Amino acid sequence: MGDKFMGYQRKDGSVGVRNQIAIIPSVFCSSKVAERIAYQVPGSVYFRHPVGCSQVGEDLEVTAKTLIQIGKNPNFAGVVVVGLGCERFSPYELAQGIAPTNKMLETVVIQEEGDSLAAIQQGVKYARAMQQIASRQQREEADVSELVIGLNCGGSDMTSGLIANPALGIASDKLVAQGGSSILSEITELIGTEEILARRAINETVAEEIRQTVYQTEQKLERQTAASSNKNRTHLISKGNYDGGLSSVVEKSLGSMKKSGNAPFSGVIQYGHRLTSKGLYLLDSPGHDGEVTTGEVAAGAQIIVFPTGRGTPTGFPGVPVIKITGNPRTYEKMKENIDINVGQVMTGEKTMQQMGEEIYREILEVASGKLAKAEILGHDEQFCITRLP
Amino acid sequence: MSDLKLVVDNRQKAALVIDAKDNVAVALEDLKKGETCLIRFEDLVEQLEVMEDIAFGHKIALKDLQQDECVYKYGEEIGRMKEPLQKGGWIHSHNMYCERGLKNG
Repeated sequence: MGDKFMGYQRKDGSVGVRNQIAIIPSVFCSSKVAERIAYQVPGSVYFRHPVGCSQVGEDLEVTAKTLIQIGKNPNFAGVVVVGLGCERFSPYELAQGIAPTNKMLETVVIQEEGDSLAAIQQGVKYARAMQQIASRQQREEADVSELVIGLNCGGSDMTSGLIANPALGIASDKLVAQGGSSILSEITELIGTEEILARRAINETVAEEIRQTVYQTEQKLERQTAASSNKNRTHLISKGNYDGGLSSVVEKSLGSMKKSGNAPFSGVIQYGHRLTSKGLYLLDSPGHDGEVTTGEVAAGAQIIVFPTGRGTPTGFPGVPVIKITGNPRTYEKMKENIDINVGQVMTGEKTMQQMGEEIYREILEVASGKLAKAEILGHDEQFCITRLP
Repeated sequence: MSDLKLVVDNRQKAALVIDAKDNVAVALEDLKKGETCLIRFEDLVEQLEVMEDIAFGHKIALKDLQQDECVYKYGEEIGRMKEPLQKGGWIHSHNMYCERGLKNG
């Protein structure tokens, strides 16, 4: 019998750790209307973004898929899609994409309602009705194997790779060992570890996917830096990294990779796709904090665990972001932003194993309703869909 | 490593081992040549004499290393030694190389 948490059962079989109403604009033009709707309905969140029109090809597809998957995330009991009416990514297509979850779902289109005031009014009516229904739903016991956590580190310092990431890896391994899921990403921060990652793949097909994912990211970086006079791969590691004690790109990237512990990789997922089975996965995304966590929430993560050495306050709409730091001084300074002080390993008060278990317990508590500090303070900066060139 | 419980004297300078397979530890503060520092791995500790100044965040050798010997951190190879190094010495880009990241792209 695995560990349990108290979550919200959804009709599609998934389990939410929050019970919010998502107000999702299909295009940037309807962002303000979405925001105004959310402001008038407690327990709802909105997803501001600058895209949804004047995009073509794979770039538009990734935006479309990501918005659909955000709506499908089990943390949301209902969704109000807000469209303008003439955008390239139709609000009806967005709603249709979310519909298979059978969650509460309505669409408001500004050009059909008449004006933005009318659209806000209609959206508020929909969201309030959903909120009233959602408010009656109780948490029920769920198996920990229903949990998906997204891993991302940002504002890193030397304590991140040394302590916070390996401690998080222990927690991630514990979740995966009990049938849960965990998502590693930030491919730009994994360059040099592709063979080590590939060795952890469940089979050779996955191993090759991992190698190709890292290789293509490195190729892209090299194209972007081709104009620079220094064509040496050592540009992957900075002078600051060397000064801080890192001697190779492999050493640097291992510090990032260790967030995923030692569990086997079950597969690679593309941006905007949802996990179809359980286990540890690699998400193909560049290292931008928001792009990574947005991709992870789209993949089904109900919780993000976020190591930060220097300290960053950011959060995600409707998804708890648990902040951990390996730097005791950062914890003292940013106690209101950071949930766990893993820096107790630095000071010798705790071992890495003990901190890993503490992170795991915190994940279960937050999954059961304990608010993460980023949620309490209303931080929601991380929603940010990746763009393709 | 000696099976001592976590140390009483937290004032002593320490270096941290991340994985049981590692042959380096990471200095948790600036270490000076001639000092004895505490090497910690989980709840195991041992004393090690520091053979040269090693800055916070940098690596100290836990055993004598031969030329071309693998350097292990996180239980993985992060590079190899350009030259031999004695236990307690400083490992960095001056005496460690890594094929990955050095060759031209």
